[in-house]
Amino acid sequence: MTYFPRRNFLKRTALAAALAAAGGFGAFISLPGRAAEWPKEAFASRKLAEAIAALFGTAQMTPSAAVALKAPAQAENSAQVQFQVSTDLPNVEAIAIFVEKNPGPLIAHASFTGTTAYFSARMKMAETSDVYAVVKSGGKLYMTKQNIKVTVGGCGG
Amino acid sequence: MASDKQTQIRTRTRGGVTDVLVLVNHPMETGLRTNPKTKEKVPPHFIQKITFYLNGKEVSSASLGPGVSKDPLVGIKLKSAKSGDKIKVIWSDNKGESGSEEATIN
Amino acid sequence: MKKILLPLAILGAVVSMTPTASADPASDLKQFQDFFKKKFPAVPFDEFANGLYALPGLEPYREQWIMYNDFPPLELGLARGKKMWETPFKNGSNFASCFKNGGKNIAQGYPYWDETIQKVRTAEMDLNDCLKKNGEPPFTDLDKDTNTRVRLAELTAYFYSLSKGQRVNIDISSPGAIKAYEAGKKFWWQRRGQLNFSCANCHMDLAGKNFGGNQPLSAALGHPVGWPAQRLDWARLETIHQRYRTCNSQVRDKPDKHGSETYNNLQFYETYLSTGLPLTAPAMRN
Repeated sequence: MTYFPRRNFLKRTALAAALAAAGGFGAFISLPGRAAEWPKEAFASRKLAEAIAALFGTAQMTPSAAVALKAPAQAENSAQVQFQVSTDLPNVEAIAIFVEKNPGPLIAHASFTGTTAYFSARMKMAETSDVYAVVKSGGKLYMTKQNIKVTVGGCGG
Repeated sequence: MASDKQTQIRTRTRGGVTDVLVLVNHPMETGLRTNPKTKEKVPPHFIQKITFYLNGKEVSSASLGPGVSKDPLVGIKLKSAKSGDKIKVIWSDNKGESGSEEATIN
Repeated sequence: MKKILLPLAILGAVVSMTPTASADPASDLKQFQDFFKKKFPAVPFDEFANGLYALPGLEPYREQWIMYNDFPPLELGLARGKKMWETPFKNGSNFASCFKNGGKNIAQGYPYWDETIQKVRTAEMDLNDCLKKNGEPPFTDLDKDTNTRVRLAELTAYFYSLSKGQRVNIDISSPGAIKAYEAGKKFWWQRRGQLNFSCANCHMDLAGKNFGGNQPLSAALGHPVGWPAQRLDWARLETIHQRYRTCNSQVRDKPDKHGSETYNNLQFYETYLSTGLPLTAPAMRN
């Protein structure tokens, strides 16, 4: 199952041309995908440690109180679990979020250029699981984790 | 291919920090779901990249997987944005569709 | 589902508040609202407009709901509803022309008793009639056609958003209106379905209870003011009649048709009982 077919590249080039023609961005813009391609292997990994290693080159992480993960202890709905990751660590290059028990643990990976190291989104959870927020700072990985309970069933209708 | 899928941006500045929230109308199909009517697997269709620009300069870029929720919301914070600054968001998905939206910070 | 509903069945055997036999809506209203004020003394009156999220014991869900409201996904459907509302018809007219005050700050009077046709009218009906009056195709087949029903829900959501914050104020002065109110009241208190529950069983004494299967029950006070609403489960805006239909199905009762007189009267009764609460529609609801 290819997530990155060749025709994507052609469409991106066309998109780049269209954007350049539209102007207003100066000559140099970073096309989505060019600066950091979509990490196919990391998203395809089915185990937590594999996914982290595929993404960062190592699964060695230090737990850190300077990484904050705000997420519910019990999700109201397993398909819409909102989380916020922030950190006080300096020189943050990236933040990634993993749900250990999802079929594909990697949810998202965000990189930053000179803006606040903060990322929030909503994610799907297959079942109750530990959720890991991993921060790459100064070339090293730091993390925090939290368990999120997910209940199935009820008369959702 | 430019999508007709809606992209909305909300910004909110408090204490010198600007929240930038983006909401995209996108199915974010994992490829694991079965269509109850056709009994066939719905193919994966999800946003892969979303990139944020402040006054034309990239400030953040995220790679998303199908584990992100349907009609995804993605949020970042900006430290040094000022009133009148321009935010642009561009996203692209695994089928080659893309969308974008712009907003001006209040 | 049976596992969750068995304790419900046991607890729901008796409702502590009994309805008054007389058709005096004003005293019904006082009795109904006092019931909830007494049951949840720490909840400020206006908070009941937030549905489930107002109730004690549901603070973890309320926190998620607050975070959610920073940018709720219903904004997508609402934007589509706005576009529908603002797009002129082929004859040059528009939705605003069909309504008093251009449709602004009037939803707090819906549903209303129409003296000329001697029936309750909902916002969905008025919007559909506006289309018909102007030679445009109305929204039909709402029971089966989800896409069409959702489009109507989005348009209705935008209509209600034009009255956000206005306090529910239903005119119940005419004899016909009182008859419709009584019909809605009868439906509300009547047990139905294989599980033999009435609306009152779940949404009065059991309001705020969560039966482990993640089905917390909302309080009836504040029920309608968030609708059309978006439930996390449905991931789309929906009409209140759709909620009535699925709720009736949950107690294994055959649901009525979307837009039926039964549901119009039920909505009329329920909305009257939320008199004074501010409209929050469209809202995120559980």
